[in-house]
Amino acid sequence: MNAYGKTSAPAASAPAIELVGIDKRFGAVHANKAVHLTVERGSIHGIVGENGAGKSTLMSIVYGFYEADAGEIRVGGRPMAIRSSADAIRAGIGMVHQHFMLVEPLSVLDNVMLGAEGGALLEKGEAQARRELARLEREYNLVVDPDAIVGELSVGLQQRVEILKALYRGADILILDEPTAVLTPAEASALFSLLRALKEQGKTVILITHKLNEIMAVTDRVSVMRRGEMVATLPTAETSPPALAELMVGRRVLLRVEKKEHVPGDVALAVEGLSVVDERNCLRVADVSFAVRAGEIVGIAGVAGNGQSELLEAIAGMRRPTLGRIALDGRALDPAEHGPRTLRRLGLLHVPEDRLRTGLVPAFEAFESAALGFADDPAYGKGALFDRQAMVADLAAKMEAYDVRPRDPRLRTSKFSGGNQQKIVLAREIERDPRVLLVGQPTRGVDIGAIEFIHRRLVALRDAGVAILLVSVELEEIMSLSDRILVMCGGRITGERRPHETDERDLGLLMAGVTERAA
Amino acid sequence: MSAPIELPKWADVVLVPLVSVTAAFVVAGLVVLSIGENPVEATRLLLAGSLGSGEGLGFTLYYATDFIFTGLAVAVAYHAGLFNIGGEGQATVAGIGAALVCLYLDFLPGVLLLPLGILGAAAFGAAWGFVPGWLQARRGSHVVITTIMFNFIAATLIVHLVVNVIGEPGLTETRAFAAKATIPYVHELLAPLGIALPTSPLNLTFLLALAASYGIWLLVYRSRLGYAIRTVGANPGAAVYAGISPARVIMIAMALSGALAGGLAVNEIMGVQHRLLLEFTSSYGFVGIAVALMGRSHPGGVVLAAVLFGILYQGGAELAFETPTITRDMVVVIGGVVILFAGALEGLFRRLVARGLGVLRRVRAAAPRRAAAEG
Repeated sequence: MNAYGKTSAPAASAPAIELVGIDKRFGAVHANKAVHLTVERGSIHGIVGENGAGKSTLMSIVYGFYEADAGEIRVGGRPMAIRSSADAIRAGIGMVHQHFMLVEPLSVLDNVMLGAEGGALLEKGEAQARRELARLEREYNLVVDPDAIVGELSVGLQQRVEILKALYRGADILILDEPTAVLTPAEASALFSLLRALKEQGKTVILITHKLNEIMAVTDRVSVMRRGEMVATLPTAETSPPALAELMVGRRVLLRVEKKEHVPGDVALAVEGLSVVDERNCLRVADVSFAVRAGEIVGIAGVAGNGQSELLEAIAGMRRPTLGRIALDGRALDPAEHGPRTLRRLGLLHVPEDRLRTGLVPAFEAFESAALGFADDPAYGKGALFDRQAMVADLAAKMEAYDVRPRDPRLRTSKFSGGNQQKIVLAREIERDPRVLLVGQPTRGVDIGAIEFIHRRLVALRDAGVAILLVSVELEEIMSLSDRILVMCGGRITGERRPHETDERDLGLLMAGVTERAA
Repeated sequence: MSAPIELPKWADVVLVPLVSVTAAFVVAGLVVLSIGENPVEATRLLLAGSLGSGEGLGFTLYYATDFIFTGLAVAVAYHAGLFNIGGEGQATVAGIGAALVCLYLDFLPGVLLLPLGILGAAAFGAAWGFVPGWLQARRGSHVVITTIMFNFIAATLIVHLVVNVIGEPGLTETRAFAAKATIPYVHELLAPLGIALPTSPLNLTFLLALAASYGIWLLVYRSRLGYAIRTVGANPGAAVYAGISPARVIMIAMALSGALAGGLAVNEIMGVQHRLLLEFTSSYGFVGIAVALMGRSHPGGVVLAAVLFGILYQGGAELAFETPTITRDMVVVIGGVVILFAGALEGLFRRLVARGLGVLRRVRAAAPRRAAAEG
């Protein structure tokens, strides 16, 4: 059972990483249940699973963020005690996080060297890093200007810098956590060619994702996790997206939303000539006009950071537009008077893009987060003090209706998985009978089972006559939910399409700012 | 980057502070040992001096009164995400407010004068907290910087007022307040009931401090305003989304914080000194930072931490008096060690306690297995 005595050199065929009986609990939550995983050297190994299935915990254990309660990690056949990310780096494991860990005002070279400067004076280390970067560029065709400032690079290039950082530290095993969440389709396929090149050179790649088509496109083997357990590991060639989805959820799932033809009503939300300038005086939204009718889902596609967030915030009253008009049910809104509170009362509700930074207060108990924006509701208590029992009961009922797990309104918000947090936000907004619903990235970091649920709710809401403005970077989501698609690039609307008369390529061009449609 | 350390609530609330205080006493004991004194004896003197007699206890609670107010002041601001280190200045200005009422409105009967004096202190303290709050909210001037500056301004303001305007000629204090403008001592109050307590500066402000603690608990954790304050402190983005104005909440929280710091002036000026004098705050405004840190900004924790600091202050004074080699400065060192361990190094022990609990759990999980194997 104990293999610590064994220190013989690893066989050439030893797997890159072996996890044996990894077990981890967080209080009552059993995040990893005796997980076994073998990742072959020189392969691309996908790990899929719903949110809260334990894949992030597992990778955090491999990377030394958490320590397992029981079990063993073997790297190249040798048992390793990985207690910190420094241990992981020493063992040749590199990680590319979903949220980049880069210092934006510094150059690519500085970022790559960070933490591996090699002495008090930079000169020597810099020269070495420059040589090493040139080598990596030759070997993997990883072209990045070492002197470029990271903050000025595109998201795709920033991700390359993260990968370079890991390789510079001698990583043989690269873990990527949801790497395509912020990329355009073109950037994503560039990333996949890079991963294949890494594999050719004998590196091992572990890819955590919830996008099954990526698993199919790039991995050699795929492991599926469900509720803390490793339920299957399969050669990718022998499986299919529906089969994987079923393994993940434990039942059959519909990957596409069924919906009736829509019957649009009157214009519920009208935006005219809207421009937004941000805190740094950059023009984020430039002269945008559109209308959303009752009973219609209008989707806004675009690569993250092209003004969609600012547009949503301006409509929701969180940000003052510089120019332009917004009208709700034909009534012009005055930004000075119509803040988020007033707009909520007028029936404009908002599921924000970032549930942790905006939509919830992670440190609060769930029932307090579920009152965000509605704290002045008399149902939550008269006078200055809250009626906490009423608040708890209110959320308990919503948790039942939205199948939030665990069904504990007193649990701290941060302890729910992403999908369940999102359901809390949705329940809070939808159950207030919106006239207009703004929805930002409704399924970001949300598991497949919950995605299906959320999509069906949104379609049901549209069928009930709600005007929905949907912003998402997931093209599939935009195409399957929207009745009309607007594409944003650089703060402008670069095109409008009907979902059945467009495809990913067409939208991808618009997202990249190519407005002329090939005749 | 390291993972957040999750602990069971009982460990968080009881075990971690206990380990911190114990470690502090061990290190303080080593300091005492290094100057050739017996740490056990020193601890005995410290506890006997602070809790062993009615007089000692009275002094301990009198100090605790000051620390509860300044601790609450820091805690309330902290819930709004603000670090108010201006308790010293706010208390100073609050003292001026209390003194103005007690000196110039003393034609009023006591039942009116006392509440007015307390309100005067609260209002002046609130105003002195509000201005940095306003500067933060509307001008983006960092509240840490402005509150430090406001401490200096307050210190100079009171010198000018007392020396040149409202003080007795040639003295650095005002005339004594009328008896009806003073808050009764506990020992005086209980004497007619046949309960004889030794003389101590403990006065009814202590009850006010306990009431304020309960009130602040109610406000922070149970009220709509407290909800807004905590939202702004925990997640400003969510506050904007919810339609809560962070600027407004910052100004309210800072004013409230200043008003609470004013409690120090009530205890000292109206409760004990019965006149306005210079430097009556004795740096207790800064002690409030340590108290709030140790009490984890929870009013209940603040009360407990304030009593602990009361014990340190009173017991330390006795210790310095009884043991000549342990000077006042030495006592300050020991107090500093406690603050360091209990406040600043709290994270150190969280990790340790988490590790310890993890080992315990594994041992406990292994025990039945072993028993099964043997049986």
